[in-house]
Amino acid sequence: MSLSRHDLVVLGGGPGGYVAAIRAAQLGMSVALVEREHLGGICLNWGCIPTKALLRTAEVMRLARHAGDFGLEVAAVGVNAAAVVGRSRAAAERLSGGIRHLLSKNRVTVVESEGRLDGPGRVRAGDATLEAAHIILATGARARELPGVVADGTDVWSYREAMVPDAVPRSVIVIGSGAIGVEFASFYRDMGAEVTVIEVAERILPAEDEEISAMAHRSFERQGMTLCPGTRVTRIEAAGSATGVTVGDGPVLSADRVILAVGVVGNTENLGLDGTGVAVADGHVEVNRWLETGEAGISAIGDLAGPPCLAHKASHEGIVAVERIAGLDHVEPLDRNSIAACTYCHPQIASIGHSEAAARDAGHEVRVGRFPFLGNGKAIAMGDDQGMVKTVFDAGTGELLGAHMIGAEVTELIHGFAVARALETTEAELMQTVFPHPTLSEMMGESVLAAYGRAIHV
Amino acid sequence: MPIRITMPQLSPTMETGTLARWMVREGDGVSSGDILAEIETDKATMEVESVDEGRVGRLLVAEGTENVPVNQTIALLLEEGEDEGALDAVAQGEGSEPPGTADPAPARPRAEPPSRRAASPLARSMARQAGLSLEDIAGSGPGGRIIRRDIEAALERAPAPPVSGAAFEEVRITGMRRVIAERLQEAKRTIPHFYLSLDCEIDRLLDARRDLNNGGHRISVNDFVIRALALALRDVPDANAKWAGDVIHRYASVDLAVAVAVDGGLVTPVIRDAASRGLAAVSLEMRDLAERARQGRLAPEEYRGGSFSLSNLGMYGIREFDAVINPPQAGILAVGAGYPRPVARDGALAVATLMSCTLSADHRVIDGAVGAKLLGAFRTYIESPLSLLI
Repeated sequence: MSLSRHDLVVLGGGPGGYVAAIRAAQLGMSVALVEREHLGGICLNWGCIPTKALLRTAEVMRLARHAGDFGLEVAAVGVNAAAVVGRSRAAAERLSGGIRHLLSKNRVTVVESEGRLDGPGRVRAGDATLEAAHIILATGARARELPGVVADGTDVWSYREAMVPDAVPRSVIVIGSGAIGVEFASFYRDMGAEVTVIEVAERILPAEDEEISAMAHRSFERQGMTLCPGTRVTRIEAAGSATGVTVGDGPVLSADRVILAVGVVGNTENLGLDGTGVAVADGHVEVNRWLETGEAGISAIGDLAGPPCLAHKASHEGIVAVERIAGLDHVEPLDRNSIAACTYCHPQIASIGHSEAAARDAGHEVRVGRFPFLGNGKAIAMGDDQGMVKTVFDAGTGELLGAHMIGAEVTELIHGFAVARALETTEAELMQTVFPHPTLSEMMGESVLAAYGRAIHV
Repeated sequence: MPIRITMPQLSPTMETGTLARWMVREGDGVSSGDILAEIETDKATMEVESVDEGRVGRLLVAEGTENVPVNQTIALLLEEGEDEGALDAVAQGEGSEPPGTADPAPARPRAEPPSRRAASPLARSMARQAGLSLEDIAGSGPGGRIIRRDIEAALERAPAPPVSGAAFEEVRITGMRRVIAERLQEAKRTIPHFYLSLDCEIDRLLDARRDLNNGGHRISVNDFVIRALALALRDVPDANAKWAGDVIHRYASVDLAVAVAVDGGLVTPVIRDAASRGLAAVSLEMRDLAERARQGRLAPEEYRGGSFSLSNLGMYGIREFDAVINPPQAGILAVGAGYPRPVARDGALAVATLMSCTLSADHRVIDGAVGAKLLGAFRTYIESPLSLLI
């Protein structure tokens, strides 16, 4: 039984928690980080990073399959599933080791155990008791389950099994068409599986701008996926050698594997929240704009503190929470509407701010610019000429209300609009910005021009 | 040609400044961004930095010099390779007049250059549309940058675009100022005020006060006024009331709110049940309340909920004035200074010390006759000061 005292204890070593710990250490605090499984959390070990490795494999596969389009003759392309997964795991492990090094360099005490609150200012983690004036909860989220459906890990997969397949299944049904669902759909389709996507909302990618959703829908269908928006799953059960998915009252769809991707729910259990002022609602801890919970001295960040469930949002909240605790001047609360979202399906999708409909609903008179990949030289040279950059401006002030992109590498472009929003630029500065040629980024400038009827290449 | 360093204009209204301190000495090398001096205006002290490189050739204005006009040359910088001989020619030309020739290098004020405020493009766009000047807006973004929320806050404060041209300084509104503004605006908008004035002879009161204070008391004229007003309100309870929509609330006791000027505004501590308190007790309590009001140490219950108000500007030499009713009360008595004035007594002119008093009354509660009765009772007490001692 050991007792140690710190200025700050962080519960959870994901992208929220470890960034909070490092920032606190930079500010001179004595910090302990409690992690039950992997430094780097889901993002790094079972989320963002390993899936990006898989999707890179899928991209190479796709290019190889279309090698003829590039004037290359490539013999039949085969899949070594173990090697594909091995590459993905290696990427995760390399980064997790990197986090350990960063924490050590910043003299953060790492306690590898499950932790929970144990009275005011105290955390119990295995045999260790940690005391601190400030505690940050950053325990993340896990896959949401469908009522009555158990992801057994063999026929019905959660994200976790889906990223370490023994072999590429012949057919896959993906339930849920948010970012996680369509990324797996894209991966397995490119790897050669028959893919069906079931979405309860009226359109796939329901969080994205409607036009982007529609373009993704058409693209996925062209790639041979079966898409079932507006469809509710009522039952999943074994159907011979396959798994049957009953939708509504009607048909039973069947596939070798079913992947559940119906969102995430915060890890609020077993944290010792009972009897504290920390309130839980809708599966996440309630916080104010400074990430403070209802209990003095306890903050919550990241997925645990509610959507959007994105690693970069968690990291930034970690910094805000710590700087607030440290009493720094000029700490700004996070503007959740200025957080870019990136989805790495094929074609990629990236967005920030209001969709066109949300902007109108918020009472803005809008100007909308659209520029197609078809009009961009780099896209054509790359052989990737499907997609669009859409921008939404307030007609009065010229405020960039939102940007929505679909197409090759748009996840690497969206930060340009993130900077624009953070600096509160208007259309005028964006029009004065010179985008280098030949790049995909030229479409960002053209989209802005298009909003004001001035696009050159369309 | 040596470079002239001139007195910078640190704000749009600045005409002269005080050279508080030189941060360099003659002979020192300076490069762009180095602090040259501290300049004081009536509003702030700011550092001025050099925009040029060179060597300090001559300091033309001594530390502590006040009222140095904007643009007057305060120092000369030698550029690389120049020798000091170049200084004399230039320095001789420097009178108190701003130089009209050459190209003076105005020292750059280090904080918030007045000509260009850091502001986000969106903030500029919003300000332009709303007709707001960025000069009038405080920035809350990184490094004081004006961002969207600052414009939104400014629009909330001032819905009407200001008329351009007039120079002014923006003074932040304190919580007290806001309360005063809201209450008194409400009073003038919702309460039908009317006013009654009369003069009270206070010679006998002043005699009584002198006698009492010779006996070791420290009674003020205002203490007599408080006591007299409290008794008058007890005698005329119709005036000690408030308008409550469909009924009138007549107060059970006289809780007299007395206006006290404090830094940045005024507060009205309340003397509870003033009609049943003796003059000495009133005097002691008033002194205590006023003292603590000035120190900002009154508890909220000590300045809330009076039934009637008193405002005495006699100590400032004001002869008479009209006060604004403090809602939800129905009246306030405005008391001026006692001045010797001619009066007709038994058909002959005489001199008496007169104190003019004006009642502001809420006509919904107090009619003219009731107000007159209250003022009459008040004068009777003031003019027979012994009755105030009972």
